[in-house]
Amino acid sequence: MNSVVNIKNLSHSYGSTVALDNVSIEVERGEMFGIIGPDGAGKSTLYRILATLLKPDRGEVFVSGLNAVTDYKKIRTKIGYMPERFSLYQDMTVNENLKFYASLFGVSVKENYDLIAPVFSQLERFPNRRASALSGGMKQKLALSCALIHRPEILLLDEPTTGVDAVSRSEFWDMLSQLRKSGITILVSTSYMDEATRCERIAMINKGKILDTNTPANLVANLNENLYSASADDMFCLLNRLRTTSGVKNCYTFGATLHVVADNSFDPDKVSAQLTTDGLKNVKIYRTKGDIEDLFIKLTHDG
Amino acid sequence: MKLRILAALLRKEIILMRHNPLMPKVIFMMPLMVMLIIPLVANLDVKNVNIAVVDNDMSQLSRRIIADINAAEELSVIHVSQSHSAAMTEIENGNADVLLTIPFNYAVNFASASGKASVDVEANGVNATKGLLGARYVTESVAATLSAFSSETGISLPNASSSIIYRYNPTLDFKNYMIPALMVVLLIIICGFLPALNLVSEKETGTIEAMNVTPVSRTIFVLSKLIPFWVIAIIVVTIGILIGRFVYGLAPAGNIGAIYLAAILFSLTMSGLGLTIANSSSTMLQTIFVMFAFIMIFQLMGGLFTPIASMPSWAQLITYIIPPRYFIEIMRSVYLKGASIIELWQQYSALAIFAIGLLSISAVTYKKRS
Repeated sequence: MNSVVNIKNLSHSYGSTVALDNVSIEVERGEMFGIIGPDGAGKSTLYRILATLLKPDRGEVFVSGLNAVTDYKKIRTKIGYMPERFSLYQDMTVNENLKFYASLFGVSVKENYDLIAPVFSQLERFPNRRASALSGGMKQKLALSCALIHRPEILLLDEPTTGVDAVSRSEFWDMLSQLRKSGITILVSTSYMDEATRCERIAMINKGKILDTNTPANLVANLNENLYSASADDMFCLLNRLRTTSGVKNCYTFGATLHVVADNSFDPDKVSAQLTTDGLKNVKIYRTKGDIEDLFIKLTHDG
Repeated sequence: MKLRILAALLRKEIILMRHNPLMPKVIFMMPLMVMLIIPLVANLDVKNVNIAVVDNDMSQLSRRIIADINAAEELSVIHVSQSHSAAMTEIENGNADVLLTIPFNYAVNFASASGKASVDVEANGVNATKGLLGARYVTESVAATLSAFSSETGISLPNASSSIIYRYNPTLDFKNYMIPALMVVLLIIICGFLPALNLVSEKETGTIEAMNVTPVSRTIFVLSKLIPFWVIAIIVVTIGILIGRFVYGLAPAGNIGAIYLAAILFSLTMSGLGLTIANSSSTMLQTIFVMFAFIMIFQLMGGLFTPIASMPSWAQLITYIIPPRYFIEIMRSVYLKGASIIELWQQYSALAIFAIGLLSISAVTYKKRS
């Protein structure tokens, strides 16, 4: 058994609100594993349990072979946790923060610098700037450097790219791919569907339940439904009409077009001809390939 | 390893304090301002008592009584008449605080030594302290005049006069009572609030989250929050002792080490209480409000401003669980009476028990996981 994170039938509630409902996940050593779900799906609760900040109600959690309930002290030396909220000292400088976290784990910045170099190199230009004066993307890089400085086996990143611009997001994922080469297992959660494809495997979570766990390609391949793209000049009218058309299971906006999930009785040519005679201009309906977002909408729609 | 972690945490606290533009200034300005200003203004010494006199006797003796009152430092006669209602108007208008009535034939009755000769003293009780002390000053002044008068004229007084000596604070200088108390107030505020607010601010900014996943033990973490403020407490006590000595000329009569030992024990107690409250609150507002409730009770029931002995007996029982009570007793006894640690062993033990108890509770209630 080479799984570095092993979650079995994990459940947790806050009062009457169920945050996690019978969740089971296995993550292999050295894997980049994504946890994808909308806000409030239970991602942060799962992270807090993995980071040993929260005792689960039911179920078993093993991190690096250690029980998260009884051996939590040992786990804390093996994980690097980056909470969703920026949690470094805003009034300390870049270097002061990094040195502080290094000394808490009894390591020196020098001995582990090779690991954080790809992340930290951009921050080296302003070692004496306060963390509060950094841009959002730079803050993320500093937080990641601090989470990595003790050379953890497992990196837990809770929505690391929320609130960061598209360029910095893409850069951040490039850095994660580089980190994975040094053998660190990375668990990353996100609510951006486009980021999911950069993981080796992903678990889709909604309302505390794991909907599916697989590689992104396999998950999309499982979209064995008739999926169409639709567009017209008056998109809003088109959306309303399609939703009431027979044979349409679901219709939703997708970028500049609409995606239509339909059954076999749906004939795109017939429907577009009908809509054109009803006064809609430039109606186009054609088959399309789904991606992770379509899958997610399908899973949540069915659920 | 543990010491290295503690050193790293302390270094962080110092860095944060250095980077904070306001806090260090407040921490050192507040004791300075309190010690330099409050002893001068928060003063129960009654001065400038105004007296209205109704002199129905109009004798040599009555005029001498009035002249002696007017000569007293704290008293001034602002009204002399033979009408009680006119004098009463002065009281009602707030011009006079005490009304002295010398009856008809007072000097004659006094000379006959019948013992029936007496003056009436009425005081405005709205300001209780001023009325009480003013009436007493007038009575004392009259007694002194009569005593001098009788020895000059050879009339023997019916009652022997009494004299009062105030031990340990011979001039009854209220400043001598206030200075040790103000140092107690400063420690209550600094050690009660600052460590607690420091901890809660880490909760509010979320930094505690990243801290809780590190292998730092909770005892070490709690210590890192307390030690800086213990050092500050020692500095504040030193500032207080120096200002007391060089500004007000009040040097502790007892051992200075006894003062520092009590201050350290009391700092531990207050910071332990503060952290315990911080552990169970999630915002600064909650911490401040709960802490304030404790501090109100500590200040009003600890014997700082009103003596514990004058409280009802049930309230006196409650004061045994109020830590400042012991610290105030120690401070005043050491400062004014020169008491030693051995003589005050009960107070020291009580403070030590509070310190150990509250610090343990604060370490146990600090939860790294929920």
